[in-house]
Amino acid sequence: MRHPQGGKHLWLWLIISSGLCLNPILSQAATQAKGHSIAQLKQELNQLKQAYQDKISALEERLEQLEESADEAEERTDNLAVEVSQQSNQQAANTFNPGIGVILNGRFQAISPNNFDFNVPGFFPADEIGPGSSGLSLGESELNLSANVDDKFYASTTLSFGDGAANVEEAYLQTIALPKGLQVKFGRFFSSIGYLASRHTHTDDFAERPLAYEAFLGGQYGDAGVQVSWLAPTDIYWESGTEFYQGDSFPAAGSGHNGSGVYTLYSHIGDDINANQSWRFGLSHLNARVVDRTAIDGSLFSGDSDLTIADFIWKWAPDGNPFIHNAKIQAEYLSRKEKGLFTDPTGLASPLNSQQSGYYVQGIYQFMPQWRVGLRYSRLKADDLLAVFDNSLLDNQGLTPKRTSFMLDWSNSEFSRLRLQYSRDQAGLTDADIWTLQYIAAFGAHGAHSF
Amino acid sequence: MNSIIKSILFVLALIAFPAIASINLFTCEPEWKSLADEIGGDQIHSFSATSGLQDPHHIQARPSLIAQVRKADMFICTGADLEIGWLPLLLRRAGNSQLQKGQKGYFMATRYVRILGKPKMIDRSQGDVHAAGNPHIQTNPKNILPVAKALAKRFIEIDPQNASLYQSRLDDFAIRWKAALKRWKKMTRPLKHLPIVVHHASWIYLEDYLKMQQLATLEDKPGIPPTSGHLVSILKHMKVRPAKVIIHAAYQSGKPAQWLADKTQIPAVKLPFTVGGTEAAKDLFGLYDDTFKRLLETVKP
Repeated sequence: MRHPQGGKHLWLWLIISSGLCLNPILSQAATQAKGHSIAQLKQELNQLKQAYQDKISALEERLEQLEESADEAEERTDNLAVEVSQQSNQQAANTFNPGIGVILNGRFQAISPNNFDFNVPGFFPADEIGPGSSGLSLGESELNLSANVDDKFYASTTLSFGDGAANVEEAYLQTIALPKGLQVKFGRFFSSIGYLASRHTHTDDFAERPLAYEAFLGGQYGDAGVQVSWLAPTDIYWESGTEFYQGDSFPAAGSGHNGSGVYTLYSHIGDDINANQSWRFGLSHLNARVVDRTAIDGSLFSGDSDLTIADFIWKWAPDGNPFIHNAKIQAEYLSRKEKGLFTDPTGLASPLNSQQSGYYVQGIYQFMPQWRVGLRYSRLKADDLLAVFDNSLLDNQGLTPKRTSFMLDWSNSEFSRLRLQYSRDQAGLTDADIWTLQYIAAFGAHGAHSF
Repeated sequence: MNSIIKSILFVLALIAFPAIASINLFTCEPEWKSLADEIGGDQIHSFSATSGLQDPHHIQARPSLIAQVRKADMFICTGADLEIGWLPLLLRRAGNSQLQKGQKGYFMATRYVRILGKPKMIDRSQGDVHAAGNPHIQTNPKNILPVAKALAKRFIEIDPQNASLYQSRLDDFAIRWKAALKRWKKMTRPLKHLPIVVHHASWIYLEDYLKMQQLATLEDKPGIPPTSGHLVSILKHMKVRPAKVIIHAAYQSGKPAQWLADKTQIPAVKLPFTVGGTEAAKDLFGLYDDTFKRLLETVKP
């Protein structure tokens, strides 16, 4: 190994030796100049030049070698620094702590008329749907803890706290090391049916879920259960799965089914069209064995509830870079058949065979960095029933409920968003204008950019 | 029915495994795809999740990416939290056991180089800061070789049958890269100690390489688009202490840089940032050739 000091000695040697050997050459040339011809003088000069040139190139070569050894030394220190920085990484990162993420989601709402009473004629109502109350309210804010448990499992817990109440939204374990694209999830979690169903509401593009989701799923289906999914080893994305739940949430009711009141089947495919566009399409089915589902007015339903969902989403961004402009179009169609026994508040029971459907279509466009606009139309349809259901909550009263929403939002960073939304709600007997000002902020662990 | 499903699966399998490469590789950024191709040659079937025109911070876990991760034997990503918004989700959604942390298929390039820019204060009021340090290591050509060596070692671990191929391709690459480093060293002498303004703090490794001085960033806080107020304050600074060049990456909007350039007469330049960022940045060699060429053309006296 060469040391930089070795280089210094050589320098000195070169300077001294060049001085020693140049002096005699020069003095010799001076004394004998007269007696020689010009040609000889020239030749000597050339020799002199050559001698200088040789020395200069030797010096240059030496300089280059020095630079190289300096580079090598730099590389060695770099390597050491890498080791040190990796060590300090390992010491500094408190790897046993889970990722902690908090979502704050609140709103101010103005509803006209003041005494607006949200209802959807023809549909057995789920709990907690509709635009909520006027004024300020804390929406669904969340605390999420997640981490890899070990080399086989990932775990996530999400607690939600609204006005005065906290509950477990999700708490599940998920396998990460099964072979052949298989995955199993168990605990309490949101179903992967449809598109919106598995997503937390703070990631939505509008302040509330579309009418069809509110009517058929009470917003989304979350329950205790187990999910098995399989991702095909194809170039195109193709995932299929099935879920079994105890059946404790709307549209099922009560967990008196030996822990298996609901099952689902779903399949999603998706791909890129080119660098600018990508899409996903899915078909899902949810079957619930309902036992004594109860409405606020005292109506009861027991029987089979079958919900089928077709979902589609398309996203666009120039060169796949969504920072300045991007757009998406999203639509879902939901269709439900319910067959069983309906008991009205007076205790009169009648066999029910109903067919209902609904859809929503929405478009979102980011017209400049940070700013987006969006439009959504959603609509429901309940088929006419026998006269025995007249004036019950399943009577559609000749209406087709619908809601149109327009929103404008601004995101300072990917962690905060303010949204202004106007909705024209024509779901029930009275129409309403709803203005919403919403904030969503995420802090703590970095959120996931899901498609 | 069963036979139909079987035949469908068979056809899908044929579509899914067309290549006979030994290692199916998923790369997060194009610079690592380019490097893997140098080391792996035909034995690698590589796919890059992003292009030079995309911001590697802001990628969604698209269905096509999940499908690619599912099929991969290995991935190469930058790490240091650059892909934190999408890579963990991809790994989880794809459920590919070979690619989980601690497995042979898990490869983060920032493990093998010296990390700069670790924040003294970690608070999002400072913007989208990376607690693990600045991840944009590919802007310094000296960072490529240590990653290449680690990569070849990993290829050999995963595919020992082709060990001699990976080793000889690495040796060949190392010779060519060292020659290129020498060339770039001479080429970039006029760029040494250059005062610069950058769009986003993504050039600190280039600044370290060329001993440049970063006078300002157009983004007030990382990840938040430049505000007019901040641009005006930079403009004032530039009158007192002017920079020689304003730099932005190919995937970033050139508008703020151009605005400042028009006001100050300091030239703005678009740099490729990674392979594919510009026409000339076709591979890693082209990336630095074009980066330095563009800088030299801009700062010409």
